[in-house]
Amino acid sequence: MRLINRRPARPAAVLLTALPFVAVAIAYAIASEIRLAANPQDKLLPAPATIWDTAVRLFSEPDRRTGEILLWRDTAASLRRLAVGVGAGALVSLLLGVLIGLLPYVRRTLSDFVAVISMVPPLALLPILFIVFGLGEMSKIVLIAIGITPLMIRDLAQRVLDIPHEEIVKAQTLGASTPVIALRVVLPQILPRLISAVRLQLGPAWLFLIAAEAVAAEVGLGYRIFLVRRYLAMDIILTYVIWITLLAFVIDWALKQLSRRAFPWKEAGL
Amino acid sequence: MSFVTVRDVWQSYGARSILERVTLDVSEGDFVSIVGASGCGKSTFLRLLLADERPVRGEIRVDGAEPATEPGRSRGVVFQRYSVFPHMTVRENIVAAETFSRPLGRVWGRARREARERADATLERVGLAHVADAYPATLSGGMQQRLAIAQALTARPRILLLDEPFGALDPGTRLSMHAFLQDLRAETGMTVFMVTHDLEEGFKLGDRVLVFDKPRWDTQAPERFGATITYDFDARDGGVPFQRILDRYPSLAPRPPAATG
Repeated sequence: MRLINRRPARPAAVLLTALPFVAVAIAYAIASEIRLAANPQDKLLPAPATIWDTAVRLFSEPDRRTGEILLWRDTAASLRRLAVGVGAGALVSLLLGVLIGLLPYVRRTLSDFVAVISMVPPLALLPILFIVFGLGEMSKIVLIAIGITPLMIRDLAQRVLDIPHEEIVKAQTLGASTPVIALRVVLPQILPRLISAVRLQLGPAWLFLIAAEAVAAEVGLGYRIFLVRRYLAMDIILTYVIWITLLAFVIDWALKQLSRRAFPWKEAGL
Repeated sequence: MSFVTVRDVWQSYGARSILERVTLDVSEGDFVSIVGASGCGKSTFLRLLLADERPVRGEIRVDGAEPATEPGRSRGVVFQRYSVFPHMTVRENIVAAETFSRPLGRVWGRARREARERADATLERVGLAHVADAYPATLSGGMQQRLAIAQALTARPRILLLDEPFGALDPGTRLSMHAFLQDLRAETGMTVFMVTHDLEEGFKLGDRVLVFDKPRWDTQAPERFGATITYDFDARDGGVPFQRILDRYPSLAPRPPAATG
């Protein structure tokens, strides 16, 4: 039987999914063991048990000075920035994407401009944003929004153009005006695409968030990581990294579920 | 009396000539089948009738009105695919045919309830009532096309344009769709243009069969000349000509033998 036709059955499939995770965990445990055997004071690769103890402490023990649990404060601040930045970016790109895709005049005016803008490396703009918007929340939110919006506009505009011309013609023969076509034909079909565009751009959004927080912030997941880096607190950094990964994964999964629930017609054909 | 008037229509895309010197008069209520080889401009002609494209020369008038500049409610259309809205249920697709001409494309309250009731009556008539809440993607090809035709007719167009509407259906479904279309036509008396690849279908359904072909060929530049109507068959009465000649010329009728005695 050819390799391309061999498929893992149920128990093997689960095992294969778990394999890389377990392999990385074991490799880390062994490496940590070797280093700690040579030097019990080693900070680079703390033992898994140490990380676990640190994690429990970070999640449950309030800060002695403020009485708040820092990790939750960091999480709330970062998620807020992420939500506002991604939300604003999504709204702007939905609006511009539909306009560019639907109206030839807007397309002619903006599509090349957006194509050029999307080539600007957002992180290179960070100093400008700090100068213009100050070191507060605004500059971080704007960085996320600027970082993800141009690509999302291009993606959504292309999706609007991909809607079969027949459908647009059909709507016209039913007497639909341009706003009606935009609201009743294009928008509902583009919303699932918006969600998948957001899912794709969440990776870059986290990157911009953590970069902005690393440079200037008082609270936030990225800020904390870069703060404790000075003390080589690998156990804290690793806990935060795993936590951020988990958050990103859960957000991605939730958006996927939302898309499936909200757009049953999308699944209907499969 | 000519209902659809096509006068010396030419169409080309850049240097590529598609149609040339197309002139046609169609009476109200006629069913016109359009056949021809692939790439001979049948679908282009349909798009011109639809006003989705404007001819480079000539004009097309419906009922003497000014040539249309964009598709509108006077022309209904059914394509081979993508003729219904995938994100709306079957019922919503029919309701949309009524409400898309409103400012926001929706109606509320009692008007909405009544539109839904009318849509349900339509679906009952075309045999789709049992799938009213399903999405088009879950329907068979024949059901989707029936929905598309019902949707187009709900908007009450002056002419109905069909672009290979049954091209993707299996032969059995195709036959039942023919019956369905003939019933609807008997009911509404609508003027229909249908592009088809299937000659038999064209003759079976049409009152007239137009053949598009290129009368001139330049072998060095095949795209130099466009196609035009090369044959215009009267397909009524099973394609046998002069069956109604007495309606036009009663004087041709054989005289009853003079009474004797």
